Amino acid sequence: MSKMAEYDGPILEIDKLSISFFTRRHEIPAVMDFSVSVQPGEAVGLVGESGCGKSTVALGVMQDLGKNGRIVGGNIRFKGRDLAEMSADELRDIRGNEIAMIYQEPMASLNPAMKIGRQLMEVPMIHEGLGEKEAYDRALEVVTDVRLPDPERMLQAYPHQLSGGQQQRIVIAMALMSKPALLILDEPTTALDVTVEAAVVELVRDLGKKYGTSMLFISHNLGLILETCDRLCVMYSGEAVERGSISEVFDDMQHPYTQALFRSIPLPGADKNAHPLVAIPGNFPLPHERPQGCNFGPRCDYFEPGRCDQGEIEMSPVAGNDRHATRCLKHLEIDWAAPITLAEQKEKTQPGKVVLQVDNLKKYYEVAANALFGGGAKRVVKANETLSFAARESETLAIVGESGCGKSTFAKVLMGLETATEGEILLDGNNIEQTAIEDRDTRTISDVQMVFQNPFDTLNPSMTVGRQIIRALEVFDFGSSDQDRKQRMLELLDLVKLPRAFANRMPRQLSGGQKQRVGIARAFSGGARIVVADEPVSALDVSVQAAVTDLLMEIQRKEKTTLLFISHDLSIVRYLSDRVMVMYLGHVVELGDTDQVFSPPYHPYTEALLSAVPIADTSVEKQHIVLEGDIPSAMDPPSGCPFQTRCRWKSEVPGGLCETTVPPTREMQAGHQIKCHLSDEMLARMSPVITVAAE
Amino acid sequence: MGLFILRRSGVMILTALCLTFIVFILTNLEPNLEKLAKTQGNFRMSDEAVNSWLNNNGYGQPTVVKYGQWLGALPGWTRTTEEGVTGRCITGTQPEAEAGQAARFCGILQGEWGYSTRFKDDVASIISVRLGNTGYLMLWVLVIMVPSALIIGVLAGMREGSVTDRSLSTVSILTTATPEYVSGVILIAIFTSSTVGLKWFKGTATSAMENPTFENFFLPVLTIALYGMGYIARMTRASMTEVMTAQYIRTARLKGVSFHNIVLKHALRNALIAPFTVIMLQFPWLLNGVVIVETLFNYKGFGWILVEAAGNNDIELLLAISVVSVVVVLVTQLISDIGYVYLNPRIRIS
Amino acid sequence: MDPLSWTGQIAFLNPVLALGLGLLGLSVLAWIGLSSLLPENRAITPSGAGLSLPTGPRELSGLVVRLAFLLTAAVIAAYLVLGLALGTGAGIIGAIAQRLLPVWIALVLLFALSIRFKQRLGLYGKLFDSPIGMIGFGLVMFWVFTGIFGAFDLIITHDPLAQLSGLKNKVPGTPLPRPEDGDFQWYLLGGDNLARDVFSRMVKGAWEVVKIAPLATLFAFMAGITLGLPAGYFGGRIDTILSFLANLILAFPVILLFYLLVTPEIVQTGLPQYMAAVLFAFPLIFFTVLINARFRTQPQQNRLWLSVVLIPLVWGYFSLINQTGSKINFLPQSLDLFNIPGGILVVFVSVVFVNSPTVFRIVRGLTMDIKTRDYVAAAQTRGERPWYIMLWEVLPNARGPLIVDFCLRIGYTTILLGTLGFFGLGLPPESPDWGSTINEGRKLLAIYLHPALPPAFALLSLVLGLNLLADGLREESMKD
Repeated sequence: MSKMAEYDGPILEIDKLSISFFTRRHEIPAVMDFSVSVQPGEAVGLVGESGCGKSTVALGVMQDLGKNGRIVGGNIRFKGRDLAEMSADELRDIRGNEIAMIYQEPMASLNPAMKIGRQLMEVPMIHEGLGEKEAYDRALEVVTDVRLPDPERMLQAYPHQLSGGQQQRIVIAMALMSKPALLILDEPTTALDVTVEAAVVELVRDLGKKYGTSMLFISHNLGLILETCDRLCVMYSGEAVERGSISEVFDDMQHPYTQALFRSIPLPGADKNAHPLVAIPGNFPLPHERPQGCNFGPRCDYFEPGRCDQGEIEMSPVAGNDRHATRCLKHLEIDWAAPITLAEQKEKTQPGKVVLQVDNLKKYYEVAANALFGGGAKRVVKANETLSFAARESETLAIVGESGCGKSTFAKVLMGLETATEGEILLDGNNIEQTAIEDRDTRTISDVQMVFQNPFDTLNPSMTVGRQIIRALEVFDFGSSDQDRKQRMLELLDLVKLPRAFANRMPRQLSGGQKQRVGIARAFSGGARIVVADEPVSALDVSVQAAVTDLLMEIQRKEKTTLLFISHDLSIVRYLSDRVMVMYLGHVVELGDTDQVFSPPYHPYTEALLSAVPIADTSVEKQHIVLEGDIPSAMDPPSGCPFQTRCRWKSEVPGGLCETTVPPTREMQAGHQIKCHLSDEMLARMSPVITVAAE
Repeated sequence: MGLFILRRSGVMILTALCLTFIVFILTNLEPNLEKLAKTQGNFRMSDEAVNSWLNNNGYGQPTVVKYGQWLGALPGWTRTTEEGVTGRCITGTQPEAEAGQAARFCGILQGEWGYSTRFKDDVASIISVRLGNTGYLMLWVLVIMVPSALIIGVLAGMREGSVTDRSLSTVSILTTATPEYVSGVILIAIFTSSTVGLKWFKGTATSAMENPTFENFFLPVLTIALYGMGYIARMTRASMTEVMTAQYIRTARLKGVSFHNIVLKHALRNALIAPFTVIMLQFPWLLNGVVIVETLFNYKGFGWILVEAAGNNDIELLLAISVVSVVVVLVTQLISDIGYVYLNPRIRIS
Repeated sequence: MDPLSWTGQIAFLNPVLALGLGLLGLSVLAWIGLSSLLPENRAITPSGAGLSLPTGPRELSGLVVRLAFLLTAAVIAAYLVLGLALGTGAGIIGAIAQRLLPVWIALVLLFALSIRFKQRLGLYGKLFDSPIGMIGFGLVMFWVFTGIFGAFDLIITHDPLAQLSGLKNKVPGTPLPRPEDGDFQWYLLGGDNLARDVFSRMVKGAWEVVKIAPLATLFAFMAGITLGLPAGYFGGRIDTILSFLANLILAFPVILLFYLLVTPEIVQTGLPQYMAAVLFAFPLIFFTVLINARFRTQPQQNRLWLSVVLIPLVWGYFSLINQTGSKINFLPQSLDLFNIPGGILVVFVSVVFVNSPTVFRIVRGLTMDIKTRDYVAAAQTRGERPWYIMLWEVLPNARGPLIVDFCLRIGYTTILLGTLGFFGLGLPPESPDWGSTINEGRKLLAIYLHPALPPAFALLSLVLGLNLLADGLREESMKD
């Protein structure tokens, strides 16, 4: 089929779109009065928290809302034609040909039983009637374009043989096979590691330019939107609340929600003591609990009763700006330049004595080489290699790294779920590295506790919140009667700022942030002195993240807890940690104070990691460092330095030392150590990755 | 892959040994042997007479030894009396010289399946004839059951909640709720009884052993097929609906692939992986159906001799039947494992 | 007395029913045809089109199906209501409807109460949101109530074992030739080849199923859960051994196992009792570990609960396996609460034995899935013992699929019991259970249909009900 005739208006025009989902009993509005337009060659971002309706818009554009979804108002025009009026056949011609989509989970969006080549070739064969040969050539060309190594072998492979990053490149290649006019990307990098994400984002941006494709980029991450898009649209609870160009919305925001969102994410200037984050109060409203008037009203600082809670609020243009609009009645009255009323500033707490000392810790696993067919040679996975550090009382030590770096294994060894292969872990001077959890005494167990990543998984779904905390108290031998424990449980709920009535709730009645608070209460129930927080906020929405982070630090301050904060998100790490440990494939590549790690000299990996993290601030300038390839598998690590396969400084080290020898750990300044072969001069020549432009 | 098959085969042989040993114990329990002695000797034997009969015929040995002899892994027992030598591998009593010529081992490994007390015939020949009858029945059952079950399952599962889905699902639930002895009775009542008067088919399949026709053979085949069909169809439907909601199907849809190509090219292969295993694991249950249907329609096959052997304390025949059915079950399990690996590239290429 | 016709005075309903059924059949066919021929509605409708009257032929045929179904259901209800009022005046149907009066009352009460309080009843309450589930539950409870009231001699019209001369193989509705005072005047569903009342035997047969099938399934679940949890949780060698054993039993053709296990000779050796001693010990182990894991930190409460739960259980267990005059006989007669006849025990044991490996596999799979959740890790990191995690963290969260499987498995057990009856294994020959009755009836099937069909349809509807119930439960539990 040929593409539609030349058309020079906007590629996509969405006008007052409303989408609802229908259940047996009621209608759930998912998107209301949503308008946006995408010009040729333009990239438009759609940003908002989970449940705000941004993915529904994408599916609406694809006309693929499933059985229960209905467009109940407005229309979507693609190159001037109303999509809702097209027949099923016309629609099929457009899908994959003129509009293509890329999804969040690359593994799930590829057919596991079909070779990659077939899946790619299918697109031009359907839409352009190409023969096998031409289609194959086209596939080869596009796979080369998405910078995959060895394209011919790739086409013969099944999806499971590829890594996550490679799969996502294949999905992108599939979307580009027919050179579509519009590309919809629905959180395309969420499932990927940071450094892989950076490479994929760069690829999308370059290819978009090369093919002249317009893009609709959906993300919850403001930083990513900044890096990829020309314009953006902020959504809240089913509505677009602000729409405009990147610079207008980022620097001249006209909606309280946009402002609150920016204030709740850790930008380079933020600091937990001097400039704490401002969390958005309250919770995201559920679709059937939306308030009258402004949806953001109940959480808004500028809320005016009798005005903001009356009737529908229309999008109104912002005078003086181009195509900039906001859904706020008071945007002309609010003084947007007013400085943030600072949240309470805190004294920096001084770290106390050393509580936890880890010395040369090693953890090796033996795994069967071939899981299904069994037998065969055993392989040794070196999950942790010579880990050494000390953590002090009331100190926050961040452990940073991507998947496979060994941070979770270390947590397991520390908790006693695994025992160490070699080395020592000293808790108050006592060795615990060989004591499995069953053999630890109650004191030790309650001293070292953990907060888990996934809020939906952290609580037992079939036990009340109160019961779960009481159980922890029972196990930790707290109190002598059920009465004591009940009292303590209620106090713990107070501590994490949850209403006492929550004690009788089931976990499914709680929101993600509330569940995470219960998880924190449970961890602190036995007076924990060391808390391992394994990505405690990464699964939460941006506006909730700040509140949970603050809570964690407040408790830490009160209880003088040592916090081991495991994360891949350098922004939050910079914001809250005192010291940072960067890990890569089981090795500690850099360790030092937060300031030392975030300023040169860097370990090459830290440098790349810093460059990869998207920052939602237009005044920040970043060095552009993109790592080639994927993280090697921990089953099959490279020889010599673990990072040598992707290191851009490798050529600066003479004699191929990187490929043969594991670098020694070098002390740079007091407490700052780097595991690298680079000479001191080279390290000294490094420039800062992130610079904040002077205002 | 080779190693995998080897390991699976090893486990299979171990399983077969364990199972036959259990059957051996159960059939050689004291009361069974006592009954055997009395049917072979006379019914008013005293306890001592029973004991001496058992001892004389090699049944007095420890069970493990007897099992080894039956299997052919241990030399068969011999007993010398004044008249000559008798033993497991010796027919009747023979002079010592001739007895020496007889094989030392004579168990099923050597192909000696024993002698049926019920049919007064060699077990091996009974089994081969009856197994042939049942094999023919099973062939037609599979020919009818598998394709129709898969088609029903795929049709129902490709559009979850549609009219086709609901009607076909109702049919498959109904057939899974109808065991063979119920559906058989109902089918016989409707299609063969003089009361209803349809008389389309014959109520027995006795004549089908020599001359199978549509009239005398269709009802037994249908009866077995119906029960299994519903189950396989439901599994296929479940698997199909799951696949149809998978992301990659949405990818295909949004690539502009037409619906029938989505079903045929993208969904089918993924959706058939699970039911394949189910079909293969249906064999132990099919044997159930075979026994019931052969009894119900008086078709003298493998199931019928099972009932006869068990009802008449025919130990050797019962053992042989167990061996055959256990081997059939285990071989299908092996095929199911290998097929699963073959169908699923995620496992095949790793 | 005159013989009863099928419908008596309410025969006028017959053409209406025929009409309804015909309409239903035709409309379903039309519906299927239309919906597969006409293209599916696009998921998008223009604004404003909410829930209006159906327009296309597709929707219209769907509406007709619904109406025809309602009509048929209404006619059937009319049969029952009029039958209840007129009794034998409304023929056999009326008489049966009247005999089943206690069942109707119980069903109406149960449904009314359940629907009234469904908000507070959790998953059970949600069942009443699903039409499929309600139909299934209705069918199941119909037979449960029939079984229970039948056991109290409420519904049956005659002694199921009594043979009345002159009624051999007589058709439904035949009057008794020489009725005595107080006798019910007819054989409602005719007489079987030994001149016994088919209706009463069918009702009594329901009790045989209701008393064995759920209990046997429950024991199979206890055994499967107690073994499946550690196999899935620990993995490794325990898993290998237990899985091998489970596969061993699964590879055994059920029918062969029954023929080997359910024989009088085996009962003589005491083997079923030894197996019972092992299988019935699982609930004891289960509850001991359950309580012990929960109250590990509070010894006093632990002892209290253990004694409250275990003493009756242990006593029951000993009474169950102990039987005077058999191999296991150590309990004094005065302490032995009940005796189970050897035949029933062996049936019970073998059904449990056949079912538990499948339950084991399901529990094992669920455990392997659930043990990767963070709340299990949280329990591990606070030093919980493995059995606490298995029983209090893993098991409650596996309950959805297990409840669904429980319903399906009762149906399967019912089929197994029927198979045993059909081959005359275990149960006494005159037993009124459905399998035996079908077996007796089938021999004369070419001439007399009535002895074999009622138990066949009874079994079919009960198992169908259980399947539908399981489907409804699955659907509703997935909506969480």
